[in-house]
Amino acid sequence: MTSIQGTQSRAGSRILSVGAARGDLVVPNDDLVGPIDSSDEWIRQRTGIITRVRASEGIEAVDLAETASREAIERAGLDASQIDAVIVSTISNTVQTPSMAALLTERIGATPAPAFDISAACAGYAYGVAQADALVRSGAADHVLVVGAEKLSEVVDPTDRSISFLLGDGAGAVVVGPSDEPGISRSVWGSDGSQWETIRMTNTLGSMRDGAAWPTLRQDGQSVFRWAVWAMAKVAKRALDEAGVQASDLAAFIPHQANMRIIDEFAKQLKLPDTVAIARDIATTGNTSAASIPLAMHRLLEERPELSGGLALQIGFGAGLVYGAQVVTLP
Amino acid sequence: MAYTQDEVLAGLAELVNDETGIATENVQLEKSFTDDLDIDSISMMTIVVNAEEKFDVKIPDDEVKNLKTVGDAVTYIVGAQA
Repeated sequence: MTSIQGTQSRAGSRILSVGAARGDLVVPNDDLVGPIDSSDEWIRQRTGIITRVRASEGIEAVDLAETASREAIERAGLDASQIDAVIVSTISNTVQTPSMAALLTERIGATPAPAFDISAACAGYAYGVAQADALVRSGAADHVLVVGAEKLSEVVDPTDRSISFLLGDGAGAVVVGPSDEPGISRSVWGSDGSQWETIRMTNTLGSMRDGAAWPTLRQDGQSVFRWAVWAMAKVAKRALDEAGVQASDLAAFIPHQANMRIIDEFAKQLKLPDTVAIARDIATTGNTSAASIPLAMHRLLEERPELSGGLALQIGFGAGLVYGAQVVTLP
Repeated sequence: MAYTQDEVLAGLAELVNDETGIATENVQLEKSFTDDLDIDSISMMTIVVNAEEKFDVKIPDDEVKNLKTVGDAVTYIVGAQA
């Protein structure tokens, strides 16, 4: 009997490169405080955000994704035809189907690579890296493009005091490829649907059909804060254990850029030594959901290129609730 | 052993001081966390989580919004002790 030919698996995968695209408009707090009866100081104190970036009308999330992807592919020293899977995480694509990934793949010249979107909100990039790592290690793919792309300004309500003023627009992309040594640790990822409504949309497509308003995002801030710091600190410690490294071995900590207060308290809980660079891209970019970790990684490497080759703990967490964390070797 | 009301107040005052720098003697039973002590929602949650650990009690998210004054929190923690 003829048997099926097996796939040659690999010892490891790693992030080969990172690309970034930020919204073209710099939006200071003063532009948003009127409808929420707030102030620049109030927003800075509670979120650490000084400005966030948003994209002009006519610039879509897929446009930002294309720019970030092209940079990542070029920096990896690859031709787009060598990309053999494209994973896009987004929650703000206004097209339900077909996927943003299929359009992106065609635009960057990677057709006919398999392409699909995932819905894992602010954990989406970490979910994508978990899948890319598995695809590359198993031999199912050689080079996987993982993209987080959001135009969250599409789903904000100017009168909302819970989350809208945090949000920005951007895209971050990484190429994951083969490595002789493991460059991505076993992912610690999961979900908790018992908190499905903690971060949510105000309306559904069905309710819109029946005349409801355009859906926008809301969150229960205190509940999110507790979960994002104390529950996620445990996830982060498990990710370090899976990787077999100590906090003192890290060159960088790159959490989802949700809120500076979360980042600060998170770092405190992890007892990170001063030698660990902490990504704080949120101050001028805002919260860009799935795009925030690769955007923060990109900035960190631009500002401190000597971190390249060091270990970084990256952790995403958000609506679902869902979370994902890995230790990665920085490209 | 269960903590007394005075012990909970003193412990809570230390947690408030750690988080906000407010002097412990200013953390009094009748003081409102938001109006008198100017503690924002994020600092409040940090204090709540630290109080859970210190006094070995559970303070659910839904309960936090009912803790308007220091006295509310002390009463809840004293009552929630196993």
